[in-house]
Amino acid sequence: MVRFTAVGLRYPSPDGRAGPEALSDLTFTLPEGSFTWLLGASGAGKSSVLRLMHLAQLPTRGDLEVLDTLVRPERRAALPALRRRIGVVFQDFRLLPYLSAFDNVALPLRLAGRSESSLRPDVTEMLRWVGLQGKELSLPQQLSGGEQQRVAIARAVVTRPALLVADEPTGNLDSLQARRLLALLTQMNRLGTTVVVATHSEELVAQFPAPSLVLDGGRVVHHG
Amino acid sequence: MAERRSRYARDPLGLKRALSDRLLPGLVAAMALLAAIALAGSRGAEALKDRWQHGAAAAVTVQLPPEQAGQMDRALEVLRAMPEVASAVPVDSDRMRQLLRPWLGEVPSLPLPAVLELRLKNLALDPAPIAERLAGAVPGAELESHGIWVARLAALARSVQGVALAVLALVAGVAVAVVAVATRAGVASRRQAIEILHDLGATQGDIAGRFARRIGLLAAGGALAGAAIAVPTLAALSNLAAPLAGGEVQPWTALPWLDLALLPPVAGLIGWATAQLSVRRWLKRLP
Ligand SMILES: Nc1ncnc2c1ncn2[C@@H]1O[C@H](COP(=O)(O)OP(=O)(O)O)[C@@H](O)[C@H]1O
Ligand SMILES: [Mg+2]
Repeated sequence: MVRFTAVGLRYPSPDGRAGPEALSDLTFTLPEGSFTWLLGASGAGKSSVLRLMHLAQLPTRGDLEVLDTLVRPERRAALPALRRRIGVVFQDFRLLPYLSAFDNVALPLRLAGRSESSLRPDVTEMLRWVGLQGKELSLPQQLSGGEQQRVAIARAVVTRPALLVADEPTGNLDSLQARRLLALLTQMNRLGTTVVVATHSEELVAQFPAPSLVLDGGRVVHHG
Repeated sequence: MAERRSRYARDPLGLKRALSDRLLPGLVAAMALLAAIALAGSRGAEALKDRWQHGAAAAVTVQLPPEQAGQMDRALEVLRAMPEVASAVPVDSDRMRQLLRPWLGEVPSLPLPAVLELRLKNLALDPAPIAERLAGAVPGAELESHGIWVARLAALARSVQGVALAVLALVAGVAVAVVAVATRAGVASRRQAIEILHDLGATQGDIAGRFARRIGLLAAGGALAGAAIAVPTLAALSNLAAPLAGGEVQPWTALPWLDLALLPPVAGLIGWATAQLSVRRWLKRLP
């Protein structure tokens, strides 16, 4: 479950002072096990909302509740364990360039302390699921944009997270791959994962109807 | 292939490349060599000081020839009147016999010189004028200034030891600064990777620990090399100093082996702790 209550987010401006609010007065609840499209024009604040949801950013005001935990700066020590229950597909992939596809996907499991022998089948299966069998040992620079995106997706779902956020995950995929990815995400959603996907592809939204949260200028203009 | 895979698995921040394999250990090796020389200097000065201070208890002695033994009071009066002299006391003949017994046995009939002990107000004074003035008043009186030299050497040894310890503290301080700079450079070059690990749920302790282990290892390795280079250097120095410290000392046994052995673990610990602190301070900027 994700609950925003009067949340505002202000990025520091380059001169160090507080800049304008990128997000203002966000109040909404995404129920456990829901699937939500996050929509809005470029610059509307989609990435910022997702960064709050996966705790890469803390709100500058308001209350943020993620996976039944109230997120507070004074409880920073509790955040890493919470982050490990959240899968993230970053807009810019954020793969480690000197790690193979296998090691990139295995990273969250290793951070969680999983043993090498137990994580191997999971990672291999996940790479096969996103169609990257045979590419386990390739470095990110040896992969195409779409393949890198699929590595990022495999890394996000390999821990079977309770919450999955994806920031424009189909940006580098052709329409067939995009549909396959969405099938994967809806399958995870059916297994109980709360899923939030930011996109500006109306075609994709039309193919997979679901509730949507629409942002404009850092505010929610539609939810439902 | 499996080997490569597990090697990277243990190093997701790519620290083996980010933290140069040569610069940091090279600097730490140089500092370990300096530390080893300072430590050996301090230990050596301490040994010399101990040895010389035994002799220094004798202070300055004045001998009157046996035929002038009756002039003891005159000698005391002359000496006590001198501004350079802090105190002058006669050594009584019973104590003289006691001191001499190991060498001469019981020989009560032997004529013994009359002896007095002096303390000077200032060790740096030249004792020759005192001897001249005393000899003018009591012919044949001799002043034995060996004790002054011993006391001066002991004072020198003490300051050498002080300087050596100050050098040691300085080297440790520079080591902390060097490690902090190296850590900051490593963090800067792996900034993105750190943020990715952080976003995937790595704890501060996990990230700082990876840096600290790597840097601690590099520092310990560098110190090991520095200590190894120090061994022949110190053996040569100790060879030169051996006659001053009591003669027949084998250079290998005189080396501060324990101090040398402690250099790598201490350097490793300094590196580990400094890296922990620098990385944790940097991580404060992430939520
Ligand atoms: N790191 C940042 N520092 C300062 N401003 C930012 C930062 N990230 C985003 N913004 C600002 O926040 C607003 C929303 O951006 P973003 O969340 O990336 O929107 P979207 O993902 O919908 O394109 C934009 O005005 C953008 O300039
Ligand atoms: Mg965006």
